[in-house]
Amino acid sequence: MSAAPIISFSQVCKRYPGGYEALSDISFTIAPGEMVFVTGASGAGKSTLLKLIAAIERANSGTVLVGGQNVSAMRSGGIPFLRRNLGLVFQDQKLLFDRSVFDNVILPLQVSGHAYRDAARRARAALDKVGLLERERANPITLSGGEQQRLCIARAIVNRPSILLADEPTANLDAAYAELIVDMVHSFNQVGVTALIATHDERPIARLRARTIALARGRLAASPGTVGPPA
Amino acid sequence: MNAWLRHHWLGFSQTARRLAATPLASLLNVAVIGVALALPLGGYVLLVNLQAFSRDIATDPQVSVFLAADAGKNDAAEVEKRLRAFPAVRAVQFVGKEQALASLKQRPGVAELVATLQDNPLPDAFVVTLGQAETALAQALERDIRMMPKVAHVQADWMWMRRVESALRFGRTGVALVAALLGFGLVAVTFNTIRLQILTQREEIEVSRLIGATDAYIRRPFYYLGALQGALGGGAALAMVNAGILVLNRDLSGLAGLFGGNLALEPLGAADGVAVAAFAAALGWIGSFLSVSRHLQKNSLQ
Repeated sequence: MSAAPIISFSQVCKRYPGGYEALSDISFTIAPGEMVFVTGASGAGKSTLLKLIAAIERANSGTVLVGGQNVSAMRSGGIPFLRRNLGLVFQDQKLLFDRSVFDNVILPLQVSGHAYRDAARRARAALDKVGLLERERANPITLSGGEQQRLCIARAIVNRPSILLADEPTANLDAAYAELIVDMVHSFNQVGVTALIATHDERPIARLRARTIALARGRLAASPGTVGPPA
Repeated sequence: MNAWLRHHWLGFSQTARRLAATPLASLLNVAVIGVALALPLGGYVLLVNLQAFSRDIATDPQVSVFLAADAGKNDAAEVEKRLRAFPAVRAVQFVGKEQALASLKQRPGVAELVATLQDNPLPDAFVVTLGQAETALAQALERDIRMMPKVAHVQADWMWMRRVESALRFGRTGVALVAALLGFGLVAVTFNTIRLQILTQREEIEVSRLIGATDAYIRRPFYYLGALQGALGGGAALAMVNAGILVLNRDLSGLAGLFGGNLALEPLGAADGVAVAAFAAALGWIGSFLSVSRHLQKNSLQ
């Protein structure tokens, strides 16, 4: 890992109101283009770790650097511009059911102010990549769980982010579909996108021989990089 | 088109689509705002018409100018010349002291009293008729006349002018109070509408924040919604008031016909319409600004 890390945690602690400590003393770095799994049981702090990167939550102490920017000290006005460089995939997808598949995917481009024609072209390209182009006019509610997750991925990558964060993207899917979703993320990683997947599903990690960051009760359970070299 | 303009266009078109998507709810909101604005607007129209009407029916105000007892013919001619020079003066009538005494003698009850007088105590006088019934103008004129040489006394009767003016002032204050009250109502209605809209769009707001929407991007459609609703409400108020005038004018012309006159309320014109819509849009914007500031910070994802 010679390049400067794209994500770097240094002695990060996150305590929620009420005193619950979700993460304590977390330090690791991720190089550009790496694919890393964040593993651990429920409540281990996987989601919190991803939320700290996207500034959905703020660390109580320590430093979170993303692309060289200190996220833990970022002004709230800078956060939208940080997020435009991230692709977020959620376990519950967070799709909008009052609009079509196409309108869901084009949303990040509208938010960042792209011209409609260019945005529409890129939205269709993203839908094509996840195999949903023929469903662009459909309402997301008519899609299956796996298709909804693919749609969520299309929305995450339409802005061509340099980092893809996926929080339990396969949680509610059967094994075959889970494999498809992970492969999809892997294919984006292979064209240079740094990918961070939080999961408790061990199967794809072994298959892809990807690096893992293992969490247990908010602490690093093993030194990162023990499971195989970066993909 | 740059990104800023595109964002504004997007905010506006989304808002317009949203209004069109729920036509009944939008229509009712616009109607509520329209009724709230129609009341003070109707009052304003009545006042403006009343003001014009009072100018028409009022007898023109008169000022009596009495010269000093020692004023001669030349002095009187000089004063008359100067009185006629005022642009506000429409007519000047000379009443000589003999003429005044003669008319006094004809009054029953006074004649005996006048007969006991050795000399004519009355001065020469002018009755000055003004072209316009405005207190301020008349008072200025009165001051100027008082300064003239050989003018002993000036008597003006504009009590009725003051009465009309204070009645109109009373009406204006009343309309302003009603307008302030219902303007506040408009802000409150918008506040609530926007609050409900924010609740309806909670998920969209959350997702937009997660994918990098700025605060301004999220707020913009709500500002447009408030302003657009206000402007449409203003338009509705204008339509209601003008429709009301149309109906009233039918009855009014019948009434005026009985008195042999011609009476009609003047409807609001395009300039008034634009002003009302802009005012209502501004109030709507204020309502949505307050609502967005109050309700969007609560569920912020930073």
